[in-house]
Amino acid sequence: MRIQRVISKKGQRAENEPVDLSHLDNLISKYKNKKGNLIPLLQGTQEIFGYIPHEAFNKIAEETGLKRSDMFGVATFYAQFRLMPVGKHIIKMCHGTACHVLNVTAVTESLLDYLEIKDGETTSDKLFTLEAVACVGCCSLAPVMMIGEETYGKLNPKEALKIVKGIKRNETLENKS
Amino acid sequence: MSKTKVIVGLGSCGLAAGAAKTYDALDKIKTADNLDFELAKTSCIGMCFREPLVEIKDESGSYIYGEVTPDRADEIIEKHIKQFSPIHDYVVQSDVFEARDNAFYEGQVKIALRNCGYMDPENIEEYETRDGYKAIKKIIDNKMSPEDVIQEVLDSGIRGRGGGGFPTGLKWRFAKNSEASQKYVICNADEGDPGAFMDRSILEGDPHSVLEGMLICGYAIEANAAYIYCRAEYPLAIKRLNIAIKQATEKGYLGKNIFGANGFDFEIFIKEGAGAFVCGEETALIASIEGERGMPRRRPPFPAEKGLWKSPTNINNVETFANVPWIIYQGASSYNRYGTEKSKGTKVFALTGTINNGGLVEVPMGMTIKDVIFKLGGGIKDDKKFKAVQLGGPSGGCIPEHLSETIVDFDSVNATGAIMGSGGMVVMDESTCVVDIARFFLDFTQKESCGKCTFCRIGTKRMLEILTRITEGEGKDGDIEALEDLSHQIKDSSLCGLGQTAPNPVLTTIKYFKDEYEAHIRDKKCPALTCKKLLSYKVIEDKCTGCTVCAKACPVDAISGERKELHHIDMSICTSCGLCFTKCNFDAIEVY
Ligand SMILES: Cc1cc2nc3c(=O)[nH]c(=O)nc-3n(C[C@H](O)[C@H](O)[C@H](O)COP(=O)(O)O)c2cc1C
Ligand code: FES
Repeated sequence: MRIQRVISKKGQRAENEPVDLSHLDNLISKYKNKKGNLIPLLQGTQEIFGYIPHEAFNKIAEETGLKRSDMFGVATFYAQFRLMPVGKHIIKMCHGTACHVLNVTAVTESLLDYLEIKDGETTSDKLFTLEAVACVGCCSLAPVMMIGEETYGKLNPKEALKIVKGIKRNETLENKS
Repeated sequence: MSKTKVIVGLGSCGLAAGAAKTYDALDKIKTADNLDFELAKTSCIGMCFREPLVEIKDESGSYIYGEVTPDRADEIIEKHIKQFSPIHDYVVQSDVFEARDNAFYEGQVKIALRNCGYMDPENIEEYETRDGYKAIKKIIDNKMSPEDVIQEVLDSGIRGRGGGGFPTGLKWRFAKNSEASQKYVICNADEGDPGAFMDRSILEGDPHSVLEGMLICGYAIEANAAYIYCRAEYPLAIKRLNIAIKQATEKGYLGKNIFGANGFDFEIFIKEGAGAFVCGEETALIASIEGERGMPRRRPPFPAEKGLWKSPTNINNVETFANVPWIIYQGASSYNRYGTEKSKGTKVFALTGTINNGGLVEVPMGMTIKDVIFKLGGGIKDDKKFKAVQLGGPSGGCIPEHLSETIVDFDSVNATGAIMGSGGMVVMDESTCVVDIARFFLDFTQKESCGKCTFCRIGTKRMLEILTRITEGEGKDGDIEALEDLSHQIKDSSLCGLGQTAPNPVLTTIKYFKDEYEAHIRDKKCPALTCKKLLSYKVIEDKCTGCTVCAKACPVDAISGERKELHHIDMSICTSCGLCFTKCNFDAIEVY
C-alpha cells in the first residue's frame, strides 16, 4: 500500500518553524556534479529535516541547476518522500499481503482510534505519525509494524496499543525529568 | 576438539522477535561465568516461525533451539553448556536426534540459501571457507572465456528468479553481444511483492554470494560497473551489503585488475529505492537510478542494448545472482539435475499467511504445492481448512485447494492462471475472503500504477470501485462480467508487466471462486465472514457481563441493555461497523 501523502500547501506548515537551510550545504556539494543525483539529494534532505521543506527545493535548484518541476515530480512520485513535517515516532503499519490476511486492518484501526488521527497524519502533540506501508519483509511474523528501526511482530490490537502507550509514557516521563 | 559454538540468528525476522536481547543475555552469561564457548552471529535460516533461534554446535552435532527468550537462554546454557545435557523439548532442529521441526528441512535443497544461517554475513573469511569467491577464481584459473561462462549458465538451465523466468544465460549473451565501451550490471533488489522476503533474507544472510554472482556476470558480459537497487525498507540488508562491498574491495575481489587479470575491473554501488512498486520493472528501475520518476518505457530497445545511461545493461534478480557462483563452481550439470524439464534447479518460497511454519524454504522445482504447504509448512494454523494459496503477489493469482497437486515450475503454475513470480506463497484458510483479497491487490496495483497507460491508470481504479462495492454489499448483476471485460482490456493495452498482470488476482478468483462472488452480490453474504459490511452481530448470552462497553461504542445506538444485564443488538439499526466486536473485552459478540 502506498503511503497516503499529505501535500503541504504554502505557508501552511505547522508552527512555521524556520528551516535552517545551511544544513544542506554538505549534501549539495557532495552530489552537485554527479549523474543521477536528484533522488539522493532529496533522500539526503529528508534525512536532515525528516521531510522536504518547500525552501529546500528552491535552494537545491539554485545551487545545482536541477529544475524544481523535476524535483517536485520525483518527490510526489515516490512513496518515501514527505512534504510535511512528521511526528517524532513514525509508526509504519505493514499492509502487505501476509499482514492483510492476518488482519492488520484491525490493528491499524485500533491505533488510529487511540491516536485520534487518520492514516498518514500526525498527532497534535507531534509524537506520532502513522503510515500504512507495503511489506516490510517480516511476513512470517505478520501482522507487523515498525516504529523507528524497531520491528514488532505477531501483533494484535491490544499488543500494539500497549507498545504505543509505552512509548508515550516514556516520552512524558522524559519531558518531566 | 573444536570449541563449542553458540550462534544467534540476527536477521530482520530474528531481530523483530527479540534476538538482540537474547544475544546480549548470552554474552552476559558467557562473561559472568567465564564460559568457554564461542558466541557467533548469523542470519535467518528460514525457520522464521521459531525465532529467536540459537544454534549450539558441539562435538556431538548441531542443535537449533527455538523461541529462545533471554530466560530460556539462561536455562539452555545452564543445561546444555555447563551440564552437557541438551534440552530436547526446546530443540526445533537437530542432526543428532529427531527434533520436532526436522520435517521442515526434509526435501529442501539449499543452493541459493546455501549460506543463509550457516555463517556470519559480516565476515568475508567465513564466506571464503564456504567456497566463497572460488567460482570467480575457477574462471580465472581455468582461463574460462566470457563465452564459456555464459555457456555454463545457459547449460544450467536457470531462469530468472525475479518473476519473468527468462533464461539467464540468454540474457547475458544479448548483453555480451552488444558492442559498447561501457556496460552495466544491475541487481534488482527492489522486492516489491508484498508477502515475499527471500531477497531480503539472501542479502542479509549471504551478501557476498550476490556480489560474486554480479562479478561473474560482469566478467561474462564485459561490464565494469554495477548497481544494486535495494528497497529503502531493508536497512539491515543495505548495511550488510555495504560491509560486504568494503571487505571484498579490501581483499581485491572488487576494484581494479581483479586476480591480477589485466583490465578486469569491477565496482559495485548501492542505490536505495524510494518506494515505488513499479520500479521493480527493469526499465522503470533504470529510470529511477538515473534520478527520474520511475516510469517504464517501451521495449525494444531492451536494456541489453540500451539500458542505464543508454549503455548495454544486464539486470537480474538477487536470487538469480546468488545461484550463479554455485552453478559455476559446481558445474551446470550439478544444477540441472534438479528440477523439471523446462524449469531447472531450485526455487525459494516465502511461506506466509495462515500456515503453521511461516518462513523460507528452498525446494527443487517440481515439488507439489501441497507438499510445500503440508510437509514443509506444517499445514494450516489452528487446524482450519486449506482454501487457496496466493502465488506471485499482485501479478499472480489464487490457486485453489483442488489444484494443490500442481507442481512448482514456471509452466505448471502459469497454467493455473497464477504466476510463479518471486515466490511469495500466501496461504489462506476458510476464514480468508477471496473477494477481499482480490480487492486488496487491486487497491495495491491501482495505487502503484505509474499512470502512464490509461487502461492501467483508470481501468484498475474502475475495477477497484466495483470490487469495493461488492465487498460492501452494493454488488449488482453484471459486475462479474464487467470485471472480466475490464481485465482483458487492461491486460491488452498496458505497456509494462504491472498493468498486464494486475487483473490476474481478480481473474483467478473469479475462475475458481465464482460462487463466493455470487454470494456477495446476490445474497449479500461473505461466506468467510471477512467483509465487515456484510456481517451480522449478536450478543452471546452466557459471555455478556453487561459492562456497557459495546453500547457506548456503538455509533448508531443499536445496542440496548442495562448495566450488569444482557445486552441486545438491533440488526435493523446496526450498520455492521464491527466496533462492538473489537471493543468487547469478553469475546461476547458473535459474528455471523
Ligand atoms: C511491476 C513489476 C515489478 C517487478 N518487481 C520486481 C522485483 O521486485 N524484483 C525483481 O527481481 N524483479 C521484479 N520484476 C521483474 C523485472 O522486471 C525483471 O524481469 C527481473 O528483475 C529480471 O531478473 P531475472 O531475469 O533474474 O528474473 C518486476 C516486474 C514488473 C513488471
Ligand atoms: S506482508 Fe507484512 S511484513 Fe510482509
